[in-house]
Amino acid sequence: MQTQVLIIGAGATGTGIFRDLALRGVECMLIEQRDVNAGASGGNHGLLHSGARYVSTDPHSANECKVEGDIIKEFAPHCIENTGGLFVAVKGDDDEYIKQFPINCEKAGVPCREVSPEEALELEPNLNPDVIAAYEVEDASIDPFKLSLENVADAEAHGGVYKRYMKLLGFNKEGGKITGARVVNTRTGEESVIEAEQVVNATGAWAANVAEMAGAKIGMTYAKGSLLVTLSRLNHRVINRLRPPGDGDILVPGGTVSVLGTTSVRVHDLDNVAPSIDEINRNIDQGAQMVPALDTCRYVRAYAGVRPLVQLGEASSDRAASRGYALIGHEEENLENFITITGGKLTTYRLMAERCADLVCNRLKVDAPCLTRGTVLPDYVQTEWAEPSILTKREWMRRHNSEDYLLCECEIVPKSAVDTILDSFGEGEKPGIQAVGLRSRVGKGSCQGAFCGARIAAHMYDRGLFDGNEGVESMRDFLSKRWKGQRPILWDAQFNQAELKEALYFGLLNLEMD
Amino acid sequence: MSNLPVTERDLFVVGTGIAGMSAAVYAANRGLSVSQAGSTGEIVFSSGLFDVMAVHPVEEKKLWDNPWEAMAAVSADMPNHPYARVTRDDVEKAYGELFDFLSKFGLHYRMEKEANCKVLTPIGTEKTTWAVPATMWAGVEAFKKNAPALLIDFKGLREFSAKQVATTIGDKWSNLKTMRLDFPDSASMKPILTGIMAQAMELKETREKLYALIKPHLDGVEAVGVPAILGIYTADEILEEMEKELGVKVFELPTLPASVPGMRLKSLFEGRISTLGVDLKLQHKVFSITPLDDGRYEVTFGVQAPTEKVVAKGVVLATGRFLGGGLFADRHHIVETVMGLPVSQPADREEWHRTDLLDPRGHKVSSAGVEVDSSFQPVDENGNVVHERVYTVGSLLAHQDWMRMKCGTGIAVASSLRAVEAFVAQQ
Repeated sequence: MQTQVLIIGAGATGTGIFRDLALRGVECMLIEQRDVNAGASGGNHGLLHSGARYVSTDPHSANECKVEGDIIKEFAPHCIENTGGLFVAVKGDDDEYIKQFPINCEKAGVPCREVSPEEALELEPNLNPDVIAAYEVEDASIDPFKLSLENVADAEAHGGVYKRYMKLLGFNKEGGKITGARVVNTRTGEESVIEAEQVVNATGAWAANVAEMAGAKIGMTYAKGSLLVTLSRLNHRVINRLRPPGDGDILVPGGTVSVLGTTSVRVHDLDNVAPSIDEINRNIDQGAQMVPALDTCRYVRAYAGVRPLVQLGEASSDRAASRGYALIGHEEENLENFITITGGKLTTYRLMAERCADLVCNRLKVDAPCLTRGTVLPDYVQTEWAEPSILTKREWMRRHNSEDYLLCECEIVPKSAVDTILDSFGEGEKPGIQAVGLRSRVGKGSCQGAFCGARIAAHMYDRGLFDGNEGVESMRDFLSKRWKGQRPILWDAQFNQAELKEALYFGLLNLEMD
Repeated sequence: MSNLPVTERDLFVVGTGIAGMSAAVYAANRGLSVSQAGSTGEIVFSSGLFDVMAVHPVEEKKLWDNPWEAMAAVSADMPNHPYARVTRDDVEKAYGELFDFLSKFGLHYRMEKEANCKVLTPIGTEKTTWAVPATMWAGVEAFKKNAPALLIDFKGLREFSAKQVATTIGDKWSNLKTMRLDFPDSASMKPILTGIMAQAMELKETREKLYALIKPHLDGVEAVGVPAILGIYTADEILEEMEKELGVKVFELPTLPASVPGMRLKSLFEGRISTLGVDLKLQHKVFSITPLDDGRYEVTFGVQAPTEKVVAKGVVLATGRFLGGGLFADRHHIVETVMGLPVSQPADREEWHRTDLLDPRGHKVSSAGVEVDSSFQPVDENGNVVHERVYTVGSLLAHQDWMRMKCGTGIAVASSLRAVEAFVAQQ
């Protein structure tokens, strides 16, 4: 296979670069070991930062967030719920931090408006009545999956080629030039070489590993952040704790749920990242000081992401380390066609993509300006079924046609939606139940995948997509992946639900036996 | 509360699952006066398959063909396992009394006494169990000898795909063909559920339409399989009629809960246990169980609030685990919900569940539960009986993982029998 630019990694950054280059008319290919947003891009809050979170520690990043947030709200409104946000302090929080907050916002060019505790409680009735200070900011919530899927779709519409399940095995090199990337399709086992003039390493937390394959070194550390999702939405706006960043200090609403996070734990193993029970307890204990209902509400799942932190200098802690990004040309390592871009934030992904694409074009001697700043991102992708319970059951019953029926009842996902998702896969891509789960709400509701997993397996057998016991393997894979997010929140009703799932899959279906 | 109507009984049974229902049957059979309270809907989650014991040690996934040898091995290896407190005779006697009761009202079970059998599950895996509803037996035998068979599924029935079953079981049942039919008059069923189909199958008209749809496809077929839908109240009669009409063996496969075999058990127990004189209060919650000075227990219960009071000489707790409501987990601890009995459990939540769902050892929390003595009276950490003539039975018991060991109903019936017999002996 041949392309002008090979981009490795389909997170927010990689898909952003993919679209940026495609819009400039550059021939490019995006490969991904798993699927869209498999790393940190899929394991974050889904928060489009106003910048206010960073005004005290990193005013430059804060301002970047403000500027980029405004741009994204303009060109991708369908990926965003423009909720607005609040910063709140409760009794006992640091007075000095509170006092400096509006001053720092002003300095960084991040708008904020002081609201009285009474008004704050009126805006957000679930706030702790002991709120002592509050500021309104321009936070919003963003669907990172829809954003990345739309970026991929728009790039494809402009000639880009996306290949998922492509694992990088290594690079062929001649002198300082990468002549080919050796890859294997993890579904079929087929190996191939992709030749490209420029190679972009946009693999997030895996950037150091990929750079090493190319013969380059990047110093990186990894901070795991764990978050948890409530069954019902608790807040209208993003609620941030008005204090230095810590556990459980941001509650982001989206659709019918709220997402609480996040912790910061140094990790070394990138392949076994899961939220721990201790992190979940810390998030809840801290979050409940801000929104007391967090102590008693029902949670449906937890998840974790790994933030890649590039060591560009000495940083006192992972939280204080710059949330800025690193764009590395590797010229000093005598590599002439390899670029690494990593770090950064979801909110600044577009800017990162622009800078990286500028470097690529510069090297290719292509004179084409960046177009992503003003070009509206079309609404290609039917991700209606990926958003939290957009339909009520009654609405669905009213509008559905008589041949259709629900495969997932918790989150209202009909057979027709699952078919649309399955149809989007090409020959030989062999989607599993997990691939349906990634593109829909399947498995994300209160039944934890117990019933929908079995139904989708049955449906996929009927469609001839599974042979032999592939469906059984796919159920194991699907349930095991969902389990990572369920284990830390198993108490009360969710515990009972997990017991039902085990009774079903082990007691009756013998899924644990070989 | 003091002016609630009071009834005096020998035994009060809390819980309406298999354990509670069988305890009530055993007690009534021994001439005891029995009150029973619990929610409706526990038993409906039963698959209808009755296990004795099939897998041990769990981490080795060792499967036993002979349930009694498996039971003996568990009793020897795990001295705290509930099976270590009963004998094979107890299990056989308990099942015997239960089957007598069920068959009296037309629900028959089949098994090979000395061997486990294999039933195909709705996802095409093999479930090892002991006794199965008579409506499933022909499937067990046809699978064993790879008989030419036709497995039928129905359009719109979401969680049962004949093609899935046949594809997954593959070469082990290479003579299994599949076919999809429109269930008679299913256009008005939305969604199409096995319970609704089974109700329809109680009508002769529906059955005749179904037979007519199947008949043209029976060339070279020795047995016809369907998901469990052959009626709720008269399944064994429907099976007989269908075999006669089609001229081949007919069998059901189990389906996901709430399944028809579970509904049959529920309907039979709830409708017929009063014939033994048991005073069953469905959808009643027990609010308090208080020891009285004379050694008896005062039990208050009602739908929303306590509205009735029974003074009983003994109490059987058959309240199940978390889903059944016998145990409750908060963010840090596990408690027993009715009497606050001590619960044997891992030190903290970090140890409840393994990080891997499919960890071959199973989850530690599965073995949490109430500790008992040899007569199934709950004991504290020092082994002292907490309350005399209070008995805990079934899945509430500690040191067993019924889901992975495949021993749930066996423990339920045997512990219930031993508890009732211990109570009788203590009178």
